[in-house]
Amino acid sequence: MIRDITLGQYYPADSVLHRLDPRTKFVGTLLFVISLFIFHTFPGYGAATVFLAGMIGLSKVPVSFMFRGLKAIFVILLLTVVFNMLLTPGQVIWQLGFLKITWEGLMQAGRMAIRLVYLVVGSSIMTLTTTPNQLTDGLENLMGPLNRIHVPVHEIAMMMSIALRFIPILMEETDKIMKAQMARGADFESGNIMQKAKNMIPLLVPLFVSAFRRANDLAMAMEARCYHGGEGRTQMKPLKYKGRDYAAYGILAGYLALGIAFRIWGI
Amino acid sequence: MGIIRARKLGFDYYRYDENGQVREASHAVRNVDLDIEAGQFAAVLGHNGSGKSTLAKHINALLMPTEGTLWVDGMDTRQENELWRIRQRAGMVFQNPDNQIIGTVVEEDVGFGPENMGVPTEDIWKRVDESLKAVGMTAYRYHSPNKLSGGQKQRVAIAGVMAMRPRCIVLDEPTAMLDPGGRKEVLKALRELNQKEQVTVILITHYMEEVVYADRVFVMDQGELVMQGTPREIFSHVEEMRKCGLDVPQVTMLAHELRKSGMQLPEDILTREELVDAICQ
Ligand SMILES: Nc1ncnc2c1ncn2[C@@H]1O[C@H](COP(=O)(O)OP(=O)(O)OP(=O)(O)O)[C@@H](O)[C@H]1O
Ligand SMILES: [Mg+2]
Repeated sequence: MIRDITLGQYYPADSVLHRLDPRTKFVGTLLFVISLFIFHTFPGYGAATVFLAGMIGLSKVPVSFMFRGLKAIFVILLLTVVFNMLLTPGQVIWQLGFLKITWEGLMQAGRMAIRLVYLVVGSSIMTLTTTPNQLTDGLENLMGPLNRIHVPVHEIAMMMSIALRFIPILMEETDKIMKAQMARGADFESGNIMQKAKNMIPLLVPLFVSAFRRANDLAMAMEARCYHGGEGRTQMKPLKYKGRDYAAYGILAGYLALGIAFRIWGI
Repeated sequence: MGIIRARKLGFDYYRYDENGQVREASHAVRNVDLDIEAGQFAAVLGHNGSGKSTLAKHINALLMPTEGTLWVDGMDTRQENELWRIRQRAGMVFQNPDNQIIGTVVEEDVGFGPENMGVPTEDIWKRVDESLKAVGMTAYRYHSPNKLSGGQKQRVAIAGVMAMRPRCIVLDEPTAMLDPGGRKEVLKALRELNQKEQVTVILITHYMEEVVYADRVFVMDQGELVMQGTPREIFSHVEEMRKCGLDVPQVTMLAHELRKSGMQLPEDILTREELVDAICQ
């Protein structure tokens, strides 16, 4: 059933990574991505691999889930590799007409591929071990300082979490309207793109009407429950760093220090 | 003084044309005098468009009267500085269960009201525990609201209101979209809250069976309050009820018809048992 779809790609399990504070995971992912650009030699990538493998092990999420995200970037990955291989000038090791592969190009392509793959896998670890709700909470908290420059952080986070709640409801509704229209002879499958787009109109109109009605109802229900923005609001589940979070920050600091040291010593 | 008091309450919806001129005004509520005592189970009846929802929204200060005054627990709803206190005292549950649950997890939704009120974290947890227990939904606290039945969703919505510790709950046709099982569930939860926690319940409904247990029934027609009294008093006026476009419970109807055809029966029969007793005498 559509109701059962999980948003994002959270994989429920009981691991240290699942229990970490979402802020820790967010900062950790960011630092890992930065480290990928600090390391630029193969021993460095070796260190990143060890770190990544360790995290995958800790997360208790099947490895196949980690690599699912790669499907989405497959084309980009392929293009990056091919262009880097063919277009980097240097010592030619293979040539066919105007196409030539250089040693430098090969290295560059390898580096880019590793960075892209690790970037995707690294951020998958975060999304796989954190519920969308926790992510929103963590982001709201981390972005808190932006409030000073009048970014409505709380409101944005509230919008995100409401969207999370209503997407499955609206998907189900789309399904229902679609079936109802099909029962009356609507055709959503045949024709070219223009025709298909046109055929979607009888689907979109009732969907929008219903979404607006829901939004109206929801706004009223929220007001009735004393909602008046983020001001003076307390939290039922405030984010609190625990021992394991400090430990995680320690490990991250060590990892980053290693990266910087590698860079300085030119390893 | 009662918890809800209205004097000469009136409300007009305006429709505007392109130039911002009033094109049409509909008098949704007119000249309503209403008194509801604390701890009562009150029911409001009326056919479609009779102004029930409009009246309900006044109690929660979602709408302000265009005429007359409404007091909630002694506070005039037009006083802006009392707005949040009024909304805390008089909670509201709406018809569509899907459109009033904000949280993605049951317990988080119940905590939404207290969070908005600025209740400290530990207190929120205590209130959430209590309210979920009061409506019998503790077992579902970690569930996603999307996977609950309609009756369960409405009970979560009621728990969400209860967590704000209101003195009064207004429910606008909370059972209209539920199956008979769900309707019973919700009604049972409401009666328990009313009896155990002494919360004033104002139930707006189309179902006559739900009204039978109320302490007081109000009947609205075309924006006016046309009848009020105990269910017995109200349902003994079968003809007047019909004029307002309302039916009476089937049993009462049957008794009424029997009486018209000459049987000796009392006017105020509400339940099947009463009818059986009356006929067997
Ligand atoms: N937002 C609005 N704008 C204009 N007129 C409205 C609006 N809401 C309600 N009305 C009108 O006010 C009158 C009373 O409506 P109200 O919704 O209070 O009735 P109700 O008794 O709750 O009906 P129902 O049983 O259908 O819920 C109706 O005539 C309706 O057309
Ligand atoms: Mg209504």
